[in-house]
Amino acid sequence: MADFCSTSRVVIVAGKGGVGKTTVTAALAITAARAGKSVLIVEVEGKSGLPSMFGAPALGYDEIDLEVGVRARFLTPDAALIDYLVTHGMKRISKRLAASGALDVVATAVPGMKDILVLGKVKSIEEAREADLVIVDAPAAGHAVTFLLSARGLLDAVRVGPVRKQAQDVVSLISDPERCQVMLVTLAEETPVSEVVDTAFAIEDRAGVALGPVVVNACFPPLPVAVAADATAILEDARVCDRFVSQREADDLAHAAAFLEERHALQVEQIQRLRAQLPLPQIELPFVFNPDITRPQLAVLADAFQRGIERL
Amino acid sequence: MTTPIEELVDSRRVVICCGSGGVGKTTTAAVLALEGARRGRNACVVTIDPARRLADALGIEHLTNDPTEIDPKLWAGDLGGGDASEVVPGGRFSALMLDTKSTFDVLVARNASTEDQAQRILDNAFYRNVSGALGGTQEYMAMEKLHELHDEGNFDLIVVDTPPTRHALDFLDAPKRLTRLLDNRVFRLLMMPTRAYLRVASVAVQTFLRTVARVVGSEVIEDVVAFFRAFEGMEEGFRERARVVEELLTDPATAFVLVTSPRRDAMEEATFFAERLAVAGQTVQALIVNRIHPSFGDESPAGLRAAADALQFSSPDAERAGPTNRLSALYANLADFREIAALERAHIEALRDRIGGDITLAYVPYLAHDVHDFTALHEVGALLFDTVSAR
Repeated sequence: MADFCSTSRVVIVAGKGGVGKTTVTAALAITAARAGKSVLIVEVEGKSGLPSMFGAPALGYDEIDLEVGVRARFLTPDAALIDYLVTHGMKRISKRLAASGALDVVATAVPGMKDILVLGKVKSIEEAREADLVIVDAPAAGHAVTFLLSARGLLDAVRVGPVRKQAQDVVSLISDPERCQVMLVTLAEETPVSEVVDTAFAIEDRAGVALGPVVVNACFPPLPVAVAADATAILEDARVCDRFVSQREADDLAHAAAFLEERHALQVEQIQRLRAQLPLPQIELPFVFNPDITRPQLAVLADAFQRGIERL
Repeated sequence: MTTPIEELVDSRRVVICCGSGGVGKTTTAAVLALEGARRGRNACVVTIDPARRLADALGIEHLTNDPTEIDPKLWAGDLGGGDASEVVPGGRFSALMLDTKSTFDVLVARNASTEDQAQRILDNAFYRNVSGALGGTQEYMAMEKLHELHDEGNFDLIVVDTPPTRHALDFLDAPKRLTRLLDNRVFRLLMMPTRAYLRVASVAVQTFLRTVARVVGSEVIEDVVAFFRAFEGMEEGFRERARVVEELLTDPATAFVLVTSPRRDAMEEATFFAERLAVAGQTVQALIVNRIHPSFGDESPAGLRAAADALQFSSPDAERAGPTNRLSALYANLADFREIAALERAHIEALRDRIGGDITLAYVPYLAHDVHDFTALHEVGALLFDTVSAR
């Protein structure tokens, strides 16, 4: 585990909306913290569900402690711009520049500007060794690819000046597997699997970023023993054990078991398809039977994460 | 008797589906338009970023700015799933996948006073970025497309999917965003003729320009200045457009449907969304919850869990060990599903109460397969319309 966490100091967690990217981010952070690492989570999009998982208030630009060894902060392009100007001797006009809405115009004039500001800040956090592991909860879906491509795009577009320098620094960070890797998250369902395969190739071929294991989230665990999802068989088992089970209860038990088996079989099929199409190690995280993910659920997911990493 | 969701697709002219990413918005939009068509309406769905196989099924694998009508044989006949005899004759079904850039180009061409002005804007490097990358452009163009389709009057039901941003609300502000950009004081100064602006521009503006030039290079500034100059005289047209779109959004024939999954973050976003709509004077007519787990009876989860534990820790003789372990696993499994089903429903009902009003609640349970053909779309439609009538 400690090995895994020291492979790269920055892990960018990416995946399409609804696959549980933020949950995976939190579980990875806890896993690394258990191994004695100090972790900083960087959220780049507003309204993250991360703090509420830990019962913490909304994230701001300043770091907060989520739990022992895990800190988190929010990083907006505007704040990163002010930071950049201040550290580059333009403190006097930084506030006014941001307040005038100028960033919107500059960002529009130079596509990828916002992303480069955010990634540039991540780079300086990494260089300053503010944490052993920096986890970036990346923007959703296709935005993750443009997010990672922004630096290379800027190198083509901007020939001189500090932005070019910033872009070069970011490219050298994200293309160095010792320093940075992308962890893709998906569900074991048809569309998410197809999309994660496309995203993986886009990230590796076009952005030149190393890919870590793919996390397959929300996998239904099979039942611990083989059962027949059939009311008659259930009633027969009940008779042998001298236990009263009503017909209705037997039906419900059978339906729930059949549902689980059906979903499990579909997931196994998709996991195999993913394995065939994307030659990356996989880490499976179990489905949590609770729509609210808080510390107890995160602990279960972190256990699974740890087992998954050990198996790599 | 018509259910509230049937009422939506029967009598509204515009239905806007909103919600956070990954909750099944695109599918829901396609289902609503399809059911509208099956009920005899001339329906069109505007999709933003459909999964490839759904796009294939809808016959819109390529971005297109014009709606493509789908052959009724594909969705109204036996091939389309369901009972063909239930299809009301006369219905039509079209789909389009939004092309943000060409929608914007058309908008520019329409508002420009001369062809030359339009061409100057379309060729400008800054514009090319605006039309592709300005935060909210996709949302803005979705609304623009809606307005265009509505204005042309070729459809009597338009269902709009909204872009998959985490900020699902962006489209409400999107039309205003460009006008806000055009109103920016610094840029109004930039739009003055070259020499005049150098004389008039305050120290602040000059400092600003120098700083920006230092950071991103001076050619960027030249593009921006050229863009704002080329735009001269068109702001009023855009402002008017933004106002008309806003009017359409508050029209009583327009309905908002909030799509969510039972996951906490999606529901938090849905709450936030409903509040924002309420502030804007709009109400959410329906809350559609996708991917909800089935209930499997009404036994209490605690009782089932106790049964599972009792069996697990009993020490049966060898003959009974197999059946005992099987029963224990089955009880534990049913307890898991009953627990999540109860939690999900409690959360959703709390969400409905928070939203208040006469909002209609509809559940679409987990399906055993992906939705990417007309049979599956109709299957979701049947579930959607049935859960509503059952409540």
